[in-house]
Amino acid sequence: MLVYILRRLASAISVVLVTIVISFGLFFVAPSDPAGMLCGVKCTPARVAEIEKSLGLDKPTSEQFALYMKGLVVGRTYESGGVTRECPAPCLGFSFKNDQPVLGTLIARLPVNLSLVFGAALIFLITGVTVGSLAAKRPGTTGDRALVGTTLLMSSVPYYIIAILVFLYLVIQVPILPRPAYVSPFQNPGAWIAGMITPWLVLGIYSSTSYARYSRGSMIESLSEDYVRTARAKGLSDRRVTFVHALRAAITPVMTIFGLDVAGLLVSSIFTEKIFGLQGLGITALQSLTNYDLPLIMGTVIVGAVVLVIMNFIVDVLYSVLDPRVRLV
Amino acid sequence: MSAAVNEAAHSAAHTPAGGPRPSRRPSHKGQDEAFLVVDDLSVQFPTEDGLVKAVQNVSYSLPLGRTLAIVGESGSGKSVSSMAIMGLHDPKRTIITGSISLGGEQIVGRSQDDMRKIRGQVASIIFQDPQSSLHPYFTVGWQLREAYREHHQVSKSVAHTRAIEMLDRVGIPHPKRRADQYPFEFSGGMRQRAMIAMALINDPQLIIADEPTTALDVTVQAQILDLLNDLQAEFGSAIIMITHDLAVVAEVADDVMVMYGGRAVEHGTAEQVLVRPNHPYTWGLLQSIPAVSSEQAELYPIKGNPPSLLSLPPGCSFAPRCPYVDRVPDGKCRTDLPELISRSAGDHGLSRCHLSNPDAIFAAEVEPRIA
Repeated sequence: MLVYILRRLASAISVVLVTIVISFGLFFVAPSDPAGMLCGVKCTPARVAEIEKSLGLDKPTSEQFALYMKGLVVGRTYESGGVTRECPAPCLGFSFKNDQPVLGTLIARLPVNLSLVFGAALIFLITGVTVGSLAAKRPGTTGDRALVGTTLLMSSVPYYIIAILVFLYLVIQVPILPRPAYVSPFQNPGAWIAGMITPWLVLGIYSSTSYARYSRGSMIESLSEDYVRTARAKGLSDRRVTFVHALRAAITPVMTIFGLDVAGLLVSSIFTEKIFGLQGLGITALQSLTNYDLPLIMGTVIVGAVVLVIMNFIVDVLYSVLDPRVRLV
Repeated sequence: MSAAVNEAAHSAAHTPAGGPRPSRRPSHKGQDEAFLVVDDLSVQFPTEDGLVKAVQNVSYSLPLGRTLAIVGESGSGKSVSSMAIMGLHDPKRTIITGSISLGGEQIVGRSQDDMRKIRGQVASIIFQDPQSSLHPYFTVGWQLREAYREHHQVSKSVAHTRAIEMLDRVGIPHPKRRADQYPFEFSGGMRQRAMIAMALINDPQLIIADEPTTALDVTVQAQILDLLNDLQAEFGSAIIMITHDLAVVAEVADDVMVMYGGRAVEHGTAEQVLVRPNHPYTWGLLQSIPAVSSEQAELYPIKGNPPSLLSLPPGCSFAPRCPYVDRVPDGKCRTDLPELISRSAGDHGLSRCHLSNPDAIFAAEVEPRIA
């Protein structure tokens, strides 16, 4: 197990390193004019040169990269217009647009995504797996067909259309659902739930249809396994056969998709954030792109890679817990 | 003697799950009161293509302590008929008629809840492939405990002790350590032993062994059969051995029923069926065993394929493959279904064949070919 963790850690670090090199290459080596963009309308060549110097853009690429890497490990200071800004380790760069280290911006936005994913994932995992399992028990019945039909319908309507419709009709026009807003759960748990419930429900129920579909397929397969017949032959109740014996085997492939979905939502749920006005990482990434805020763009890419790598690791460990035949070596 | 067995069978059937049961003495193999009586059992599956007649009009009885081998090829109905005893067919997709009486209690038509008390407690089943029949994600000990606690109101630790005791009983070394392992950590033979331990953990009166040795090495097969024989001698259970392997039949069976196309075609004691068979299908089975020792180089397979259970021939199901069909006058084999009755004088079982002189044909033409 320890060897496995060390090996995974090594491969995780290399993945992140490659991501850093690539994003660095794309944004800093590719022809672009970040200093000019930052400089604004009343720009002079002297001002551009100054900005370039403060960003370190006047140095050779290799040296810039070395500086960036050094900043990741020990931190870095930036000077601009006689003012010094600290960027403590791990420094993912400094956003002059926001006048803040990149990591600070991202960390400030992260709780929004964490909250969003937490509630939505709970909804789509539980309802999806339950509905899917129940449908799998009676394939071909009216209930099962209704489920398959609904999933098909849901997946053919883009998510953002449904989210906008819910927002317009159920939040604005007929205010059944509370207006979304993010409040820290540590400040006011009630307001946190009230603020998040609308996006949770929309994202959760929308995604639960595809989880119902995965688990239905997975359950139909496992319900036909010999060991499920054995469980029945032991005299176990129908519920125990379904939800202990069959589901135990069926849940494993669902967990793989779940891990990746959660990783994806954590890094960016742009539609949800944009439509419900939540300031999360997806919006941040979008803003950094429109603002041409290079350090922030790089930062979101790197953080995204790190989150994905961590979630993959968690899924693998979870897999070995769920399936004892998987040895982590 | 007979009364004692009778009483044990009755009290067992009426004792609620979890309650103590009177111990059973191993009965002598013989003419005891039947524990299991199957009468005119038919099992049919309605499908989109029509009605699949998987089992038709099968009757047999089985006393405690005795082993009945049901022999036949795939699709002959041997497994389907036994699953009906466990109530393992989906009632919505199966039509079962006839009667199955287990320890005096009628099984056909019982609710799933009633059947749950019988399954694993009164009747247990050992499946063919222990690799796929044990749950891969739970330890062997967990699966045995679960089987025991389903029918006994005991603590986890009591059940665990019982599980280890059973693993030890079926000859698994280091049962304590093995109980905490997963099925994939067991070898094929050990897995089947664990499966047997699980089937026997509630001390059932009836054990259905559905091709228990098919997935195993030949050397391991013999060990498993010995184990089943030993356990039967110790616990006095009735065993239904479902198999296509006549070597297995010779090893374990007291009675033999040969099935073809969902019907019993020959039924008698092991000696009657294996030594003095009256049905050409049984002859075919005996002839198709390759002999290692003899100089016989030729194999005598049964030509043709098993019939479709959707559209059985109107007469004898075996007629299309039967080499002796022309010896029955008027093409009767293809039009009339023979009854399962005693056909010749002497010690023969029941058979379902129109031939008037099966004895003579067997002695003259079939026996020389049997190794």
